Amino acid sequence: MNLGRFGFRLEPRSDLPKHINFTVPVGSFFAALLAGAVLLLITGQNPISTYSRIVERAFLDVDAINGTLVAATPLLFTGLCAAVAFRIGFFNIGGEGQFYIGAITGSGMALALGADAAGWVAIPLMILAGAVGGAIWAAIPGVLRAYLRTNEIITSLMLNYIAAIIAVYLIFESDSFWRDLEGTGQMFPKGKFIPLDAFWPNWSLGSLVVPFGLVLGAVVAVWLWVLQKRTRFGYEMRVVGGAPTTARYAGMRPGRVIVVVAAISGAMAGLGGAASVGNFRHALDPKGLQQSGYGYAGIVVAALARLNPVAVIFVAILIGGITNAGYSLQGADFPSGLVGILEGLILFCTLGGEVLVRYRIARTERRPSTLAAEVGA
Amino acid sequence: MTVSNDAGAATAIAVAALGVIKRFPGVVANDDVSFEVRVGEVHALLGENGAGKTTLSNVLTGLYRPDEGRLVVAGADVVFDSPRDAIDAGIGMVHQHFRLIPTFTVTENIVLGTEAPKRGPFLDLRAAEDRIAELAEQFALPVDPRAAIWQLSVGEQQRVEILKVLYREARVLIMDEPTAVLTPPEVEGLVATLRSMAADGRSVIFISHKLGEVTAVADRITVLRGGRSIGTVEAADSTRESLAALMVGHEVERVQRRSLGVAESAPVVLRITDLGAIGDRGQTALHGVDLDVRAGEIVGVAGVAGNGQRELVEVIAGLRPRAGGHIEVDGEAVVRTDARHPIRLGVSYVPQDRMGTGLAPDLTIAENLVLKRYRRPPVAAPPFLRSTVIDAEADDLMERFDVRAPSSQTPTRQLSGGNVQKVLLAREMSSSPKVLVIASPTQGLDVGAVATVHQLLLDVVAEGVGVLLVSEDLDEVMALSGRIAVMYEGRILAIIDADDADVSVIGQLMGGHVEASA
Repeated sequence: MNLGRFGFRLEPRSDLPKHINFTVPVGSFFAALLAGAVLLLITGQNPISTYSRIVERAFLDVDAINGTLVAATPLLFTGLCAAVAFRIGFFNIGGEGQFYIGAITGSGMALALGADAAGWVAIPLMILAGAVGGAIWAAIPGVLRAYLRTNEIITSLMLNYIAAIIAVYLIFESDSFWRDLEGTGQMFPKGKFIPLDAFWPNWSLGSLVVPFGLVLGAVVAVWLWVLQKRTRFGYEMRVVGGAPTTARYAGMRPGRVIVVVAAISGAMAGLGGAASVGNFRHALDPKGLQQSGYGYAGIVVAALARLNPVAVIFVAILIGGITNAGYSLQGADFPSGLVGILEGLILFCTLGGEVLVRYRIARTERRPSTLAAEVGA
Repeated sequence: MTVSNDAGAATAIAVAALGVIKRFPGVVANDDVSFEVRVGEVHALLGENGAGKTTLSNVLTGLYRPDEGRLVVAGADVVFDSPRDAIDAGIGMVHQHFRLIPTFTVTENIVLGTEAPKRGPFLDLRAAEDRIAELAEQFALPVDPRAAIWQLSVGEQQRVEILKVLYREARVLIMDEPTAVLTPPEVEGLVATLRSMAADGRSVIFISHKLGEVTAVADRITVLRGGRSIGTVEAADSTRESLAALMVGHEVERVQRRSLGVAESAPVVLRITDLGAIGDRGQTALHGVDLDVRAGEIVGVAGVAGNGQRELVEVIAGLRPRAGGHIEVDGEAVVRTDARHPIRLGVSYVPQDRMGTGLAPDLTIAENLVLKRYRRPPVAAPPFLRSTVIDAEADDLMERFDVRAPSSQTPTRQLSGGNVQKVLLAREMSSSPKVLVIASPTQGLDVGAVATVHQLLLDVVAEGVGVLLVSEDLDEVMALSGRIAVMYEGRILAIIDADDADVSVIGQLMGGHVEASA
């Protein structure tokens, strides 16, 4: 397509204004809302009232906000998972699977410790188990990419299905350690509840209820930010991500950096899985996990946050709000697919908006004039 | 020397730019540029890096639209909205970096994007092949139309690019730094092609910053400086000195030959014994290479590109595995294939691909300056980096090495070629190396930067560093080196004392004639 026909053209940017980090995602977000509005109009809904109901049920009263914080917690972890990996050009699409594995190892640890373990022992060990499980699951595509040059998009995506099947097997198709086998007669298969002491706390802040998982996620996000901006390893990440040949020239080991970052990325999603068990579900619930699709939504969160870990905290709450409103509004006049469609549109518009990070729009004129320079400036 | 802006009233004008102005945020890349290209002439655009040559060619080919000024093609005003418009007006461009699809054949690449001849619903590549063969014959551009691009040498690929433009019936051909990638015989072939195109009534715009080739190839030369057109001169009336003066605005001295012999007693800082290596395509790239570099001398490696020089420096830098042989740095053997060991032993390396290998383009100047020192104090306070130290050292190095940039926080991607090289030299020379390996140190640099780089090399040698200088620019090798090793097909054919060196002998050795040295 030739934009010149419409009086505009794209020119490469020679500078990168600071405001871009903010204006482009915000603009993309509103463009997605606009596209969603067109869709709502076509299906006979009123976009303004629909959007205002979403805002109401997401952010405008205490119950809504509490629900939003619950929905935001897993998104925060999967958002960090995608953000840290994408930063070095390792396209980990496997947050979904790493999340399941974290839920499996996290719940497994709580169950193994049993009712005798105190919370201050059980919870840190659950966190550790979830992180390690997710890290190992993500290290597989990491190692394949670093040393065999396998495309990590494919391998990490395929591992999602394997992880999902493992989770289903543990609860539905075997008498595993995770499955609740007590009770009599024909009962629907479900996961064993973890001991009460291993339940993650919810902290009250006035009438707000803040899940421990969300606080943990925020702390981890800040840690990631420090790691990327202030440490030697973060420096290696930037060199390996932007210029792998240069990294080798400087004596770095790009393969090792990729594997470590893949593992950190998987640990994020694994933590999310452990948090989902510890804070909310209290048992391994494969169907529930699969329905939520937190791993994929995390990619939307990371993209809208422009891969900045601290920004992921806020974007997770924003997207968590939309998700939460979607649950509570579901009904005849609120199509259940709407939230998924909005997430898709946001991702689409955000990636499209990235063009404006690298190029600027200039006006073209029939006659040569100074206009182009003024518009571009 | 005659400077004339209204020359050629009697001759037909193929293309003209009149008062072209192109602004970018913070820069005026073209500031009132005017020049005329006659039908049937080779017209050179000469200027330093950053003089506005590339911007001007992008304006002429419709990639940029000028903010002010006019373009006139064959007597009529034109406005290009896209490169397509420029092609339709008969202007074609051969870029410095080729735009070919490696897995496609020559013919497929050439017809790509054109209304290709068809038979029924199928492409009639045979008809296109015939036309290509005809053009190849007419302009002396030998290339096999059915060969895949990846099988071709760089020189052949350039011929494909030229044929692509000719196939589109271009009357004006713009060539951006076409000789940068060619061997001397290929350059001769290119010049013959360009002359025959001019004789055929086409026009060639030849963009270059090399004084010697411009005077040899062009009929007329338009000099750009700081985005402005300084004037157009007849090539026949010009000398390298007069053009250099126009280019930089003051007289420049040429590189003086300096005697840099060192005593036999000076310690050997780099000892290479019986070194072998395998090239990217699986061929044996180095055969039993022996070479010593002593403290305080420059050993030059001369040779036509692709005779093992790249592999040699990569093996020394630890970036390519050895296939036999030994490397010792200041008496210590290099054991692993890994860049870390040579760096620790005191080998500095300035690669030919400065931006792609030597620097991380998105990182700042300050960050790039610590690329090899980020692990240890004072730069690191593990696991953290100390940004205050990094920034302070950057400011200091930028001043010492005269790096010109808005600040140490500027991404190196935004620097000009000369400043990129100065950043690299600042990093590699400030680490108190024992050996400095440097490849094509002045390729693509403007006259002023070349002089600075040469002076820096001589300074570092005076401090007792041993320098291995690999360059395709024979003048440079001969001017700077104490001894010259000539490479041909992965072997060092001879090592000659620079005092006894003779261009014709070295030239023959570069071509593989061993007897010549006897």
